[in-house]
Amino acid sequence: MEKLRFRFEGGNAAPAATPARIVGVVASGNLEVLIEALPGDAACTIEVDTAALGFGAIWQAVMNDFFARHPLGGVRIAINDAGATPAIVSLRLDQAVEEFTRPRESHHG
Amino acid sequence: MNARMAPPREWNRRAQGRLRRLERAATRLGPQLSGKLVDAAAIVPLLEEVIEAGDRVCLEGNNQKQADLLARALTAVDPARIHDLHMVQSVLALPEHLDVFERGIASRLDFSFSGPQAARLAKLAGSGRIAIGAIHTYLELFGRYFIDLTPNVALVAAQAADRAGNLYTGPNTEDTPVIAEATAFASGLVVAQVNEIVPHLPRIDIPADWVGFVVRSPTPHYIEPLFTRDPAKISEIQVLMAMMAIKGIYAPYEVDRLNHGIGFDTAAIELLLPTYAEALGLRGRICRHWALNPHPTLIPAIEAGFVESVHSFGSELGMEDYIRARPDVFFTGPDGSMRSNRAFCQTAGLYACDMFIGSTLQIDLAGNSSTATQGRIAGFGGAPNMGSDARGRRHATAPWLAAGREAQRDAATMPRGRKLVVQMVETFREHMEPAFVERLDAWALAEAAGMVLPPVMIYGDDVTHVLTEEGIANLLLCRDDAEREQAIRGVAGYTPVGLARDRRAVARLRERGVIRRAEDLGIDKRDATRDLLAARSIKDLVRASGGLYQPPKRFRNW
Repeated sequence: MEKLRFRFEGGNAAPAATPARIVGVVASGNLEVLIEALPGDAACTIEVDTAALGFGAIWQAVMNDFFARHPLGGVRIAINDAGATPAIVSLRLDQAVEEFTRPRESHHG
Repeated sequence: MNARMAPPREWNRRAQGRLRRLERAATRLGPQLSGKLVDAAAIVPLLEEVIEAGDRVCLEGNNQKQADLLARALTAVDPARIHDLHMVQSVLALPEHLDVFERGIASRLDFSFSGPQAARLAKLAGSGRIAIGAIHTYLELFGRYFIDLTPNVALVAAQAADRAGNLYTGPNTEDTPVIAEATAFASGLVVAQVNEIVPHLPRIDIPADWVGFVVRSPTPHYIEPLFTRDPAKISEIQVLMAMMAIKGIYAPYEVDRLNHGIGFDTAAIELLLPTYAEALGLRGRICRHWALNPHPTLIPAIEAGFVESVHSFGSELGMEDYIRARPDVFFTGPDGSMRSNRAFCQTAGLYACDMFIGSTLQIDLAGNSSTATQGRIAGFGGAPNMGSDARGRRHATAPWLAAGREAQRDAATMPRGRKLVVQMVETFREHMEPAFVERLDAWALAEAAGMVLPPVMIYGDDVTHVLTEEGIANLLLCRDDAEREQAIRGVAGYTPVGLARDRRAVARLRERGVIRRAEDLGIDKRDATRDLLAARSIKDLVRASGGLYQPPKRFRNW
């Protein structure tokens, strides 16, 4: 198990009251992403628990692109990757942020 | 000059050879031969009498039905008598298809596809036990049956025969008509194994006077359910890619006549027709006419009224009753069962379809696509015929003209259409193997196996779109090779090829619509969930069929 940490400064602060969101289903072979507001810190921090070693450079590129798409601040994102590919990680992150910033009435799990 | 007269030439040597073989068989088999009916216990002696050393032999190996009894019998003939056979068959599916080479019965091979035997074939070719003439597309090999690879003997499979020797193939007609015709009309001999001999056939697929011998197999011929994909295994990335395919390609080009490759990527598209495509108002505008095996995953779209017609290369196990109950959609005989035909369906896919979309294993910077990997000689299957622009096509349709307009470099060149050829692939395969590479494994395979050319499944100049989870690259709009390379890099995700993109060039291509991302297509990624699939399990497919679809046991998990 490898734990990777990424930190991005200069994003737009999320409203402090935004409720946390979990996207994905634990233990379903499906990547799980938790996103929550962290008012004490202006940065966007991302923690990844991954079973696949040696893909740090790819993860860095995935996260750089993610922050370029969604420059968030004051949030903590935790990813439990279950051996997921960058494709599913990016999709889950985008889904989580959409749900976090623009929640809709009924969302698919 | 020599004034001596040459002896008069005989013009019927092949017919004489046929008679010689028939007489030998009658003598050796005696009472084990009754008319055309051969006792199953006498099948090896029969083959020893009708086949001669050096013959070209077609051992019917299809995608679905297999002449397995005859394959086993051929491995048991005496190699001292029967040797150096030249096997000409579309598919190498059974171990026996290669055993004949190991046992010194056959030495030369011309074929199309060897999926399940690919690794062993590579070994045998590497050790010199098999001389491979060429790896063909199906139509190419069938064409050569009538030019320079005509079989002397064909060993085929059918569902049933009558006592006269007429054959009923059942829904898996597949290659049988083309093999039987090429063989029978060149004074060759057709030997058929059948599951049963009945007084009256439901219909006649092969007439008796094309057939030399019929043997009833003690066990029914093997059929492989090759085209069944369990919806439970479709991922959300595949759902996202299917959404992009429908909204970014099917809708704008109004793709109405098409072929889908085999796999979960295209199964996802089939299962999104009644949900996502329906919500986009596309029913009646796309996907009405298909060249396709009866994919179980197409059932919900058929039931939703998307599909008007399906012509098939072969059938699919478990779909028989459903097909029988939907004769307006499928090609069926007066008896009610389907008649497939690989040669005609390949022709339909090549000339009468406006799009091919399928998966692959590797794509290079020019868009060349290959399923060849080191140590496996897998061949091609149907993709190269489906996935190539038909240069001989002349009839115009809206999607064909639209693609042609995009490809036209300037107003002065002669206008013509283009087939849409879409390669759909996740940027990383399992075990983080990148699908995009600088150099295809096909090059190394060609070197190792002594092939004349790297085995490319679809050439880059035939590919019009590359679709990944990152976006769609429209190669028709690329003005030069450099743009094409950046368009491919621009959808190659986090693979080394994708990471090495020129970001500014990719941004410009995106501005011009050469590259389109899900967000450019107005797709909300939150919709990319399995809830969008019209069926999420095999059981859902059975339910959608009203209980008519009967999945093979291995797909039943309830």
